[in-house]
Amino acid sequence: MKSTTIDKFTGAAMAAPMVLGIGAFGLVPFLMVVWYSLHEWNPLAGTFDFSGVANYLRMFTDPQIPTSVGATLGFAGLLMVLNIPLAMLLANLLNTGLKGITAFRVIYFAPVVVSSVAWVVVWSYLLAANGGINAVLAAIGIDGPNWLMDRRTALPTVVVVQVIKGVGMNMILFLAALQGIPNELKEAAALDGASRRRVWQHVILPLMTPTILLVMILTMIGGLDTFVPVMVLTQGGPEGTTTVLPYLVYRTTFQDLEFGYGSALGVMMFVLVLGLTAIQWVARRKWVHDEV
Amino acid sequence: MLYLLLALACVPFIYPMVWMLFAPFKTNDELMSLSPSLWPQQWTLDGVKQIFTVNPYARQWLNSLYIATVVTVGVVVLGAMAGYAFARIRFWGANLFFLMLVSAMLVPSEITIIPVFRWVSQLGLLDNHLPLIILPMLGPGSVVAVFIFRQFFLSLPGELEDAARVDGLGRWGIFWRIAFPLAGPAIGAVAIMTFLRSFNLYLEPLVLLRTPELFPVSLGITRYDDMYGEPLFNTQLGATALAVIPVLVVFVFAQRQFVEGLSSTGLKG
Repeated sequence: MKSTTIDKFTGAAMAAPMVLGIGAFGLVPFLMVVWYSLHEWNPLAGTFDFSGVANYLRMFTDPQIPTSVGATLGFAGLLMVLNIPLAMLLANLLNTGLKGITAFRVIYFAPVVVSSVAWVVVWSYLLAANGGINAVLAAIGIDGPNWLMDRRTALPTVVVVQVIKGVGMNMILFLAALQGIPNELKEAAALDGASRRRVWQHVILPLMTPTILLVMILTMIGGLDTFVPVMVLTQGGPEGTTTVLPYLVYRTTFQDLEFGYGSALGVMMFVLVLGLTAIQWVARRKWVHDEV
Repeated sequence: MLYLLLALACVPFIYPMVWMLFAPFKTNDELMSLSPSLWPQQWTLDGVKQIFTVNPYARQWLNSLYIATVVTVGVVVLGAMAGYAFARIRFWGANLFFLMLVSAMLVPSEITIIPVFRWVSQLGLLDNHLPLIILPMLGPGSVVAVFIFRQFFLSLPGELEDAARVDGLGRWGIFWRIAFPLAGPAIGAVAIMTFLRSFNLYLEPLVLLRTPELFPVSLGITRYDDMYGEPLFNTQLGATALAVIPVLVVFVFAQRQFVEGLSSTGLKG
């Protein structure tokens, strides 16, 4: 149907509240943060002085930065490595069409609907030195580590808590993709004498690649933007090993009250997220099947 | 064999929730005593009794409930309007604005909260619920809602609209009388996603609120200490369970809508 002038006016008016709101609370704040990042700003002292790129130069000598960038990349990387294959495995198990499979789907998915704060509060007790997990381990004769306080275990532990929380979402996305593959394709390949494994590898997997790309990007962005688990479980410790960038931005800005430097860290974090997303998007040509 | 594998895989998903159900009735000593039993060795109501006295917990629960309800209604209506406009009407700058929405999604909320904090304090709205309704409703978190509605309205047959147009309805009328009433599945998906998101707000209230009476429940459950600053383990776990159980119950009864709704968004909870 053609859009008349009055239609166009109506359309713009209908989109306006959301477009203006998202612009005002998403894009304008980003531009403001870029502007803030060029200032020395302490709201308590009432100072807001232009300082050029000083905040950015400071990052090069700030010992927190390598640790924090490393923790952020390590967190997102480990999250992807654990979450995505597990989600794929569970989706394939659910796709076998066994009786009562819905019950398992409900169980694997349940943590997704649980509030992230509540989820990590419960885990903070389970993972304490004398908490539930170590109690179970002690019962079978294993002396468990202090999961969240030991610099070797803290980051992987937080990642695992997040994997259990979120793997159900990726599982459902994979499951939907698996169920969207026409049965004729699988049957034709099976008729040609391909084993189940080869059907999976050469028919199903290539058709899944667009979904795998989507899941990879969503999981990565989610992993790079982890705040609540770190805030509640470790406060960035021990020895900064879990001080991921979103938490560092929050702490620098709202606890240390260095709004200018916090803004610069925020800009750096955004560039990191954007860059890594762009790399995945460009690299998709190499492996995503039938890209349109 | 397959069942065994599936059942074993359930343990990490179910264990924390079952543990959470019984833990509030354990003593604080037992909670920190390396006792592997799920079942309390010595039942106590000491922890549970304090849930509503240490914090204004009932008030916090209602805060979350009403904030989430208002936000959900707002996002469904405004998101559907925007989604319909992007799907059906070639208005000026539509492509540019759409690109703007996509890019807004990439800006992490730990960044946008910095200027928002400044604006809110300049407007004297710190410690006020208004920003906690406006931000989740009109902020970048709502981009996904616009996408879902746009996708849905793109698939709506154009003949329906042509017929309505012949009957003399304008775009606005077509949206309200024809398109919106047909958008049930999209409304369901957006409503579930938005309700969970706004019921679980954490960063925004953490930065913008000071008074416990105004906290949403997700912030409230992190503040369970006695008057000496010592954490009240069983009380906090009881408060946490009370925040989670209603959502889980609704989920179990409407799991189909939840799973399909949330998977159509592809977003983490």
